[in-house]
Amino acid sequence: MTEERPGVETDAYNFAYLDEQTKRMIRRAILKGVAIPGYQVPFASREMPMPYGWGTGGVQVTAACLTPEDRLKVIDQGADDTTNAVSIRKFFERTAGVETTEHTTEATVIQTRHRIPETPMTEDQILVYQVPIPEPLRFLEPRETETRKMHGLEEYGLMHVKLYEDIARHGEIATAYAYPVKVEGRYVMDPSPIPKFDNPRLESPALQLFGAGREQRIYAVPPYSKVVSLDFEDHPFDPSKADHPCALCGAENTYLDEVIMDDAGGRMFVCSDTDYCATRQAEGHRGAQSAPFTEAAE
Amino acid sequence: MSTPATPLLQVRDIRKTYGARIGCTDVNFDLYPGEVIGIVGESGSGKSTLLNCLAGHLAPDAGEILFNTRADGLKDTLKMSEPERRMLGRTDWAFVHQNARDGLRMGVSAGGNVGERLMAVGARHYGNIREQAIDWLDRVEIAEDRVDDRPGAFSGGMQQRLQIARNLVTGPRLVFMDEPTGGLDVSVQARLLDLLRGLVREMGLSAIIVTHDLAVVRLLADRLMVMKSGHVVEAGLTDQVLDDPQHGYTQLLVSSVLQV
Repeated sequence: MTEERPGVETDAYNFAYLDEQTKRMIRRAILKGVAIPGYQVPFASREMPMPYGWGTGGVQVTAACLTPEDRLKVIDQGADDTTNAVSIRKFFERTAGVETTEHTTEATVIQTRHRIPETPMTEDQILVYQVPIPEPLRFLEPRETETRKMHGLEEYGLMHVKLYEDIARHGEIATAYAYPVKVEGRYVMDPSPIPKFDNPRLESPALQLFGAGREQRIYAVPPYSKVVSLDFEDHPFDPSKADHPCALCGAENTYLDEVIMDDAGGRMFVCSDTDYCATRQAEGHRGAQSAPFTEAAE
Repeated sequence: MSTPATPLLQVRDIRKTYGARIGCTDVNFDLYPGEVIGIVGESGSGKSTLLNCLAGHLAPDAGEILFNTRADGLKDTLKMSEPERRMLGRTDWAFVHQNARDGLRMGVSAGGNVGERLMAVGARHYGNIREQAIDWLDRVEIAEDRVDDRPGAFSGGMQQRLQIARNLVTGPRLVFMDEPTGGLDVSVQARLLDLLRGLVREMGLSAIIVTHDLAVVRLLADRLMVMKSGHVVEAGLTDQVLDDPQHGYTQLLVSSVLQV
């Protein structure tokens, strides 16, 4: 990977920042993760030039997956233009020199924080999640030795205790993000803090990789894996969302952000996936509060 | 009781040492279905070590613990695989800790605590789990409107009763109790003992109770083992041992009880 590339300071950085041995180590962890869907593979996470919580795990997984031919998209809460997304995109532009894009359909590798893009993924894409806490049982059982044993022996009753507590306290399963799932009928997995609205789309043709930098874990959901959200027979899983259409593009079936407009109760709901929303608007879809089409065209 | 078929638990030559020190050694006994056995002795006599060995919390250095499993009959729990042993721990066995906080999840409501074992063995219907939890809270005399309170909001006696409900909800056949009444005041103790005696008789439980309180074993236990320095120095029917102690240490123990 030492060929000269225009605009890349090859002397300063190895391709995609990490050295080849590190990338090899991460790829081995990824392969193991793919072989055992949902299983948390420990790996020797490196210090990255960004703080923990900014996606150091995702960045390392992305770095290990990138090839010079890849086209990278980075989203944070669905948006391409937030600090986290912009800085990680810039990071790989500088250290790998790969093309970047904001369009889901054009990307081959998508690093994401807290969302799955609305546009359906394809078999040619890799989705990399940034994971803060990979252990779904952590808040119920703080001992890592014990939670590992529980995963090993498939003792997942405790996960339902959490859901039971939700119903007892709130009348319904109030867990709205990081909703636990069972992968391929075996491992219970934290899908990272994506809204539970996205859970059904974890069954995807794309390869999904999860990287937790601080916790030093990598796990994976291979394409077309069976992913079931946990629930009770009398309280089935409900991938809920705000009951509004998008105010900008009018989409009825997307996950929405609530935007506070003033201090008098004014608010609007817009797609959290900015690329999906912008694409729809370019196609002529209009929501209740979008700019009139004629003015925009002038 | 006419001759019971097979013992529920057979303990053979259990030994556990901590380096050169003896935890417990040469322990042998049979426990029959519906029988309650008491283990008494002073602090450091090895009774808790023995209980932890029996319940699978500690690995003994030598010996056999044969449990009459529902599926396969008598089986050495020490030779079982870990998943099997943990499954037993969730279904046929129960362990009541001295300190209720060790046996409860303090961050989870009373109903969740009782329901955990049900969910651990596959219950997935919220309504049924909750119904059973409330039923069990009622059986240990905890009001239904406390079902969503966390154990931290309960008194010591209530916590202990909650722990018992949590353990008995899956209908175990063998209960291990480590000083179940320790740290409770006498009136609460009396109520708890009353409750325990009722549940043990009603459900036909077998139990092994470790305690240093002779009054507790007099009330609950059919048979008694007295331990000293890791050895069982005397064993027999509870009333027989307490009324006519043979071993010097047992005589000392019985005569040490304070009279009111």
